[in-house]
Amino acid sequence: MGAPLIQSVLHPAGVQAARINQLWWVMFWVCTIVFIAVVLAMAVAIVRGRRGASSATDATLSRWVAVAVGVSIVALLVLLTQSVLTGRGIEMLRDQNALRIQITGNQWWWDIQYLHTNPSLIVSTANEVHVPIGRPVEIVLKSNDVIHSLWIPALHGKRDLIPGRQNEIWVQADRAGFYRGQCAEFCGLQHAKMALTVVADLPDDFERWLSHMRGPAPAPTTDSEIKGRDVIERGPCAMCHMVAGTLAGGRTAPDLTHLASRSTIGAGSLPNTRGNLAGWIADPQHIKPGNHMPAPGLTSEELQALLDYLETLK
Amino acid sequence: MRGIPLVLVGVMLVTPACEREKRRYTELPAAADRSAAVRLTSLQPGAPQAPSNVQSPYQYNAYGLAEGKRLYAAYNCAGCHGLGGGGAIGPALMDDKWIYGSHADQIFSSISQGRPDGMPSFAGHIPDQQIWQLVAYVQSLAGLVSQDAATSRNDDQAVSKPENRIEDAKQIQTGHR
Repeated sequence: MGAPLIQSVLHPAGVQAARINQLWWVMFWVCTIVFIAVVLAMAVAIVRGRRGASSATDATLSRWVAVAVGVSIVALLVLLTQSVLTGRGIEMLRDQNALRIQITGNQWWWDIQYLHTNPSLIVSTANEVHVPIGRPVEIVLKSNDVIHSLWIPALHGKRDLIPGRQNEIWVQADRAGFYRGQCAEFCGLQHAKMALTVVADLPDDFERWLSHMRGPAPAPTTDSEIKGRDVIERGPCAMCHMVAGTLAGGRTAPDLTHLASRSTIGAGSLPNTRGNLAGWIADPQHIKPGNHMPAPGLTSEELQALLDYLETLK
Repeated sequence: MRGIPLVLVGVMLVTPACEREKRRYTELPAAADRSAAVRLTSLQPGAPQAPSNVQSPYQYNAYGLAEGKRLYAAYNCAGCHGLGGGGAIGPALMDDKWIYGSHADQIFSSISQGRPDGMPSFAGHIPDQQIWQLVAYVQSLAGLVSQDAATSRNDDQAVSKPENRIEDAKQIQTGHR
């Protein structure tokens, strides 16, 4: 992946993040001015106090207190207004034609489904969300185990994923690019390695991607690839993983149907290269200790055949 | 100065708790040899033999038991044996009747080899480590593991007692359904 992966509140890529960014700068400057004013007032008081008894009358003191209270009220009103405006701006996106995506939190990966009224058109993937630019997206948030929190700083603030209930968040990306999201609620041993990539595409590119994702995994062609598919179907992989179009139909681990099209493995733990994938499959517990994937105990021939096959799953 | 021996005794009493158990994420050495024949009935020719004393390495390990509980749902054991081991298509696991025996090696072979009339073989699909975690959890459903380590109540509505409140009962090997 050539383009940089952005994870910063100060580099907004969507309307809501832009408003949050604006609020952040207003707060920053108001707080900076207040801080400087308070420090200056304190310095003046110390200097004058050292020179001897103050000559100020009660009337002057009352006037200064009144000025300070007035300034505080104005500053707080500015912040309050800005905060209300930001809150309203963030909620303005709701739209009937929005794209609906369901993100389910798991220890420690993101299950992603592009919802559709026709079940055969639902797209299932993991840890990498594609969104079209300029179109509102409703993200439905659920959790299968503990409380997680979705945070894509370039698009929006945080929203929790709570087991047993459904949350939602509306986002819209306005600039094409790659944005990094991260779980923002401590969820166990590998909380830090629970990231997701958001890819904001041009609408045409997005539709192309989505229709490609609806297809099954490509059929293996070489002997080695066929052997790799057999390893998935007859070995331990199929107990948890899904590869659409094969016998592997597990649903407790990330969908592998289009694994090779994703940029990372292990929920953002490593770049998706053949070497990293081999290391991951040989011993997942070394890379991400405590994650729910056990070492499958494959022979080296099986592993190489499996890698050959996985690399075709574009 | 008289307080020092008291403090030392206190520290000695507390420190054993630090190494109460370990989480193991990588494969354990197999505790039972899969090729060795596991006796599945109390009937045998010749003199009576002592029952096997093979135990699951997770018998006293709270993490392993909790993993077993998670896997019990993840691998759909619950689909046939019921979510709390109450039984449905498959036989109940929470009662005191065991068709193929309640010892760890017997349960291990039931899971890895499969059994007639429905129980599939999981050997080669689930790593041995996870089978041992399942063995320990299945035993906990019948109160056969330490109550200190067994899993506690669920977050959702309970249909049966939590595993750490199930008391051991005399196990009967039926040999038939």
